[in-house]
Order: sequence, then C-alpha cells, then structure tokens
Amino acid sequence: MRIGKALQLAVTLLAAAFLLVPTIQSVLAGLTVNYFQGLKSGLTLKWVIEVWALYSGSIFLSLGIALACLVMTLLIGVPAAYAMARNPGRLTRALEEFISLPLAIPGLALALALLQLYGSYKGFRLSWTFILVGHVLYTLPFMVRAVMSVLAAIDLKTLEEGAASLGAGPARRFVDIVIPNALPGILAGALTVVTLSIGEFNLTWMLHTPYLKTLPVGLADSYASMRLEIASAYTLIFFVMIVPLLLAMQWASARAQRITR
Amino acid sequence: MTLTLRNIAKTFPGGTRALLPTDLDIAEGEIVSLLGPSGCGKTTLLRIIAGLETADAGASIRFKDDDMTHQPVERRKVGMVFQSYALFPNMSVRGNIGYGLKMQRLPRAAIDARVDEVIALCRLEPYAGRTITALSGGQRQRVALARAFAPRPRLLLLDEPLSALDAALRGTLRDELAALLRQFGITAIFVTHDQDEAMAIADRVAVMSQGRVAQIGTPEALYRAPETAFVARFVGNSMPLGGKIDGGTLHLPGGDLTLNATATGKAAFVRAEDVKITADGPLTARVETVTFLGTHYRIALSGATDAPLFCLHQGLTAPKPGETVRVTIAPHAILTLEPEKAAA
Amino acid sequence: MSSRLFVALCLVPLAVFALTFLALPIVRLILSSGEGEAGWGIYLQILQTPRYLTTLVQTVLVSLAVTAAALAVSTTAGVFLTRNHFRGRSVLLSILTLPLAFPGVVVGFMIILLGGRQGLFNTLLPGHVVFAYSIFGLFLGYLYFSIPRVLLTVMAAAEKIDPALEEAARTLGAPQHRVVLDVLLPALAPALIAAGAIAFATAMGAFGTAFTLATNIDVLPMVIYTEFTLSANIAMAAALSVCLGLVTWVILFVARMFSGTTVAAGG
Repeated sequence: MRIGKALQLAVTLLAAAFLLVPTIQSVLAGLTVNYFQGLKSGLTLKWVIEVWALYSGSIFLSLGIALACLVMTLLIGVPAAYAMARNPGRLTRALEEFISLPLAIPGLALALALLQLYGSYKGFRLSWTFILVGHVLYTLPFMVRAVMSVLAAIDLKTLEEGAASLGAGPARRFVDIVIPNALPGILAGALTVVTLSIGEFNLTWMLHTPYLKTLPVGLADSYASMRLEIASAYTLIFFVMIVPLLLAMQWASARAQRITR
Repeated sequence: MTLTLRNIAKTFPGGTRALLPTDLDIAEGEIVSLLGPSGCGKTTLLRIIAGLETADAGASIRFKDDDMTHQPVERRKVGMVFQSYALFPNMSVRGNIGYGLKMQRLPRAAIDARVDEVIALCRLEPYAGRTITALSGGQRQRVALARAFAPRPRLLLLDEPLSALDAALRGTLRDELAALLRQFGITAIFVTHDQDEAMAIADRVAVMSQGRVAQIGTPEALYRAPETAFVARFVGNSMPLGGKIDGGTLHLPGGDLTLNATATGKAAFVRAEDVKITADGPLTARVETVTFLGTHYRIALSGATDAPLFCLHQGLTAPKPGETVRVTIAPHAILTLEPEKAAA
Repeated sequence: MSSRLFVALCLVPLAVFALTFLALPIVRLILSSGEGEAGWGIYLQILQTPRYLTTLVQTVLVSLAVTAAALAVSTTAGVFLTRNHFRGRSVLLSILTLPLAFPGVVVGFMIILLGGRQGLFNTLLPGHVVFAYSIFGLFLGYLYFSIPRVLLTVMAAAEKIDPALEEAARTLGAPQHRVVLDVLLPALAPALIAAGAIAFATAMGAFGTAFTLATNIDVLPMVIYTEFTLSANIAMAAALSVCLGLVTWVILFVARMFSGTTVAAGG
C-alpha cells in the first residue's frame, strides 16, 4: 500500500512536471539574452519589448474581440438560458445539444462552413466581426450552460410566482429575480467566454485575414518565423494575460457549483 | 359574498382531471381552509384562485364586483405564501417585504412606513436587515407572510405554510399564524393536509377528495356531523365498524349495538375515543396490543369487529394483551353514513 | 405582455444567431461536399483513396493512444489528489488544470521547447534527441491538453463518491487494491467513459497543435487544411470536415449519455 501511494505521487508529480517545465522554459527563454547560451548570458526585457512592438495590435484586437464576444454572449445567452430553464423538456435539450455543436465539431470544420456560406460577402469576410461570429459560436454554449445550471438549481419557477403574486410582470421579474439570482453563473460564464475567446485559434486561423491577426494567430506566426526568444516572450505575455483569467474562471466556476449543489 | 368561485375545473394536458367543477363562496374576513390528502386538488384550486394556473373554460372567479377570471396573477392583488416560501435570496428581509409595494410604484417613504408597520406586526424587527439565508425556518415563514400581506392584498392565499417546518416548531407556529391572520382581519384561504392545522386556524374547512369538495363547514360541524364516509375518516379518524345494520341495531361479530335511529343499508363509523371498555358492555373483544401514550392507552381489539378496533383508554391501568374485555359504544357516538363506494 | 410571450422573446436572439451562423453554414458545408466532380460519391472516394484512409487510421490510433495515456495518468493523479490532503496540493492541482485553456498552438510550442531542436532534451542529453516533429511529439502535445480535461472530470466524480462505500469495503476485509478494483473504479466508470470520449474527440479534431508541430504528419485536421488551402479541393475538405465533425459529435453525444457534463473541447 505504501508503494502504491508512492507510485501515485510519482505519476502526479511527473504529470505536473510535464505540464509545468515547458511553461517555465518559455518564461525563461523570453527573458534571457540568448537562450542557446542559457541564463548566464543575462536577463533582458528586450524580447518582450520587441514582441510588443511587433504584435501589440494583435493583443488589442484579441482583447477587443473578447469583450465584444462577452457582450454578445450575454445578450444572446442569458435570456436564452432563462427561457430554456423555464421550459425544461425534450425540445430544450435538443436546442441545447444543437447550440453545443461547436464544442463537438472541430473548429476547423465550423470555420470551413462559415467560409463556404459567407466567404463571398467581402465586407463581412474582411471585417473583425467575421472572427467575432466564430468566437461567439464557440463560447456561447459555455455561457448558456453556466447560467442554466445555476437557474436549474434554484427554484426559479416558485421565485417567479412569488414575484408575480406581488405584482411584478415578466420583464420586471427577469430584471429583479432572474438576473440577480443567476449572477454566479453569469460571472462564471463570462470569465470562461473571455478566457476562451482570447485563446481561440482553430476557428480564428481560418477566419482571420492578414490585416486582422488575433493574439494566438500572432503566436502561430511567431512560432513559425521568429527566433525562439521572441516566440517565448510572446508566449510569456499570453500567459500573463490568460493565467489570472483562468484562475478567476476556476474560482467563479467552483463558486457557482457550490450553489448548484 | 366577497369571493365567488363558480364552475372551477382543471384538466391537465394529458387528460388528468385535477379538479372537477367546483363552486365556493367565501365571506369578507373569513379564513377558509382547503383540507385533503395529497392529490385531492386543493393546491390546484388555490393556484387557480391566485392566477398561477388557468382553469378550464367556463370558470368564473369574482371578487365582489370585479371579475378576475382572466386577470394575470400580477394584477389580481392577492397575497400568496408559498410552501417553500419562495423568498428572494438576492434581497434582504426588508427588500422582500417591500417588493410588492415597490411594484405598486409607491413613493419611497410610503414603502418604508408600510414595511416598518408590517415588520412590527410580525415581530421581525431584529431580522429586518438580514439576508434570507441567515433566517431560521420559523423566521422565514413569518417573512413570507409579511411579504404577502404588506401590499394590502384583498385576499391572502397560503399553500401548506407550515409543512416546511419541523414537527416541534409546527405546533407553536400554527397558533401564532392563527393569531396573526385574525389580527390582519384579512380574507384568507389556506391549503393543508393536516386536519389539526385546519381546525386550529380556519373558520370554515372545505374537505376535498378526488378533485371535489366533499363537505364544507365549521370544524365542529365536520367533526360531529360528517356527511360522507370520507369526511368521517379524514376528520377525526373515524373507523368503519363493518357488520350489518338492521333497523336500529348493528350486528357485529362480537355482539349487537343499538343505534339512535333506524339506518338500514348504511355503514357505521366510530372514533377511537368513543370506544369504551366497561364491565358490562354488549361487545366481547380480545386485547391484541396496548400502547402507553402518556395521557391515555391506545388499545387494539380484535373479535368485536371484522377489522381491528382501536380504543383510547384512560385510567391508571390497562388490560393486558390476550385478555378478553367487554366493550361498549354509546348510540350517539355511532355515525351512520352512506357506504364508502357511493361517497367516493 | 404575457409571461409565455416574454419567455418566447428571450429565445429570439439565440434562434436568429444559431440559425444564421450555425444551422445554415453546416447545411452549406454538407452541400459543398457534394459539389465536387465526384458528387456524393466523394464519401466513397475517401475510403478508396489510400492517403485519406491512412490519415484516418493514423488519426484514430494517435487519438486512442492519447486517450489511454490521459486516462491512466489523470485517474491516478485525480484519485490521489482527491484522497490526500497535503501542503502544496492546491498548487499541484493548479499546475495540472491551468493548461485547460491553452490554445493548441501554445501546446505545440511547449512540445517544441521540450523536444525541438533547441529543446530541453536535445540540450541535456547527448546525441540528437529531437521528437517534437514526429508522431510522438504530436502524441505528447495531445496528452498535454488532455490531462487537465480528464483530471477535472475524474476529480469531480471522485469527490462525489461516498467515503462510507470504501469504509464499508474495508470493514468487510477488502485489501486496498480490491477496494480500488471493486468500489472506486466502478463508481468512476461513467466519468472515465465521459472523460475518455472528450479526450478522444478533442484529439481527433485538434488543429493548433498539429499545425505548430506538423512538418510531415498526416492527421485529419491537417489534411483538411491542406486540401482547402493548398489544393483548393473544397469538396474534399468539406467532406472530410463533415466526417470528422460527425465522428467527434457522435462520440461526445454517446459520452454525454453516460455522464451529465463535458469539459471544453478545442485544442
């Protein structure tokens, strides 16, 4: 039994090392003068500054798209989650399954589908909203599910009946009862949407244009054509953006899940 | 009459008839209880009155001269206390109580004044600023009542308001609820499956069974003069005696009993407290079990009737299991009613 | 406005969006696949062309290997972390779950840092140890993003197991390994099936990692990409996309029937 436990710990540590070591490498590589010579060549912010000069446009584009994506998923997803939570049944399950297709179908296939249908509308195809559509497609199910699971856990129907018996109409109930009680789910969903949108590559790679490169598209670009230090520095910037978001997302999801229990 | 219900029926999708056409009249300031086992349609009737369910076509719900049959719930001006209380977890106690007043778009000062008044009335002062999750079950129940009452509804509806509480608390809060409702002086309808609750709180009780009102009357009338076997069983736990009625005599396996009047073809019922063990009783029975319940003994007897007969026996001692005893039932204590099949 | 109408209105934005940008494009994609020279016979052509068939087999094999490895590693780690509370546990847990939302390209870069020409292994070990651009590198990349997903699913299920079950087995005299075999694994089975399906489907469709690593590895997403961009064989790209989408969807759908939740795909 001792040996069993030691083995389990070894596997756990090995897995953690496998995930952690390259991230540390990339952080170090992004900050050393010459990665090939190692740390003794000295630490520098040169590469980070260079990345900023080269790719800050991509970073801001990604942030902008992520925020726009958040607004869209809130506007579309929260009311829809409410309507679906109010009418549980086969139809709602089918709808949920349908809008979750972008989670199951590879992004590449979805991007191809969008390109086939809308690729010839140049004004749309060449604008950032085309990328936005892809991101909303991919993140919307996360928002809908996060809100639905919180709404399913509270006795929404009775709460609404309570408000109705006190004179509140449907829109009023949505604002006063549904949204405040769904907040933990909305928060968890929102953080997930922003995190995933910033990191989305599969769809974006197909949808982007040479003038509209998002952060991950820029990353792929730097991996293919830049020296290792610059690629690493760019990855470092990405980590700095995404890790706090991921931690916040995990915290918010755990919080929302406590309610669901 | 203040509230007039005519021809209220409810058929659920799928054809289940939850409520058969029902009429009910309720006077101003009256507290009426809808009493019955689960599935008898009492909650459906209450929800139809609230406007939370729609009745089948042909129904009419009138409050004085106002036809509210087709009004949506939010315009009916009825207060409702839900079984789970349905308190809004995103609002404080004050926020909950003031919500209905806010919906009436009253000025801030008027809302505050009324909320204070209701909080004082329900003795909720120490909890006014708390969140809902920080309240005990009994406090939640009072907040739910205060919230329903604050907007001055014309009718207060309560759906099993005590069932979410544990047994020990239920007794105390039952009397408290009865006192508060009287103090409010409001017309109220409340649904319960507990006959003690109905009797303690209501002016009149409507006993419901299988989608219809079996009998409506004061608690005393229901207890003393049940009209159907169902009401006799449900209110005061009457036991069917079985046997055969022949003119003014009831023939039982353990002997014959005299009735008050001839009742050929009817069924006889009795309550356990009216079954007496005496030295010279007309029935012979064997003691099966004896349970000591503090104020009295509950004794199961066999042989006197087809089914076991229960007797509430007062006294310092009780017969032992296996003994043979003589039993008597006073003629006025025997209820003679139409046999159950016809009643149901 | 009636309650029913309001609820219906709440669905309108979703309905419009899903119809315009999901339903119609998918229909268009399916139609596109039949618009090539071969017509609908293109699906037969996939099975008859050795290149596509080998790619398909290769993609399935890599995905299966990744699934097995991720299940083994993450179940071990997940059960260990659920049942042992020690200092540093939460740090370990964070390390193991944070890569959840790393895009595939970044994961590919991580593998390059480990096994590329300037990678850790090639620097530390004697000789030429470069595996990042091989099928093994791809396997490691897929494993990298599968471990967190499987771990989260397994841990969620492991936390729900009533500890009294294990205690009961112990009081009945079961040794540790029998407890694992008779109590723990059966209780985890639905989660393992679900997690395995997620890992498999994600690996099947992963594009970013393959894109970063693949110099010469034929996996399905890469073939679709080259058919579309280099060969401009749109019908074939569409047909392969339809097949890939159908396979991953069916696998996840079946998995969903075993367990309620699925963690994000996309690698």
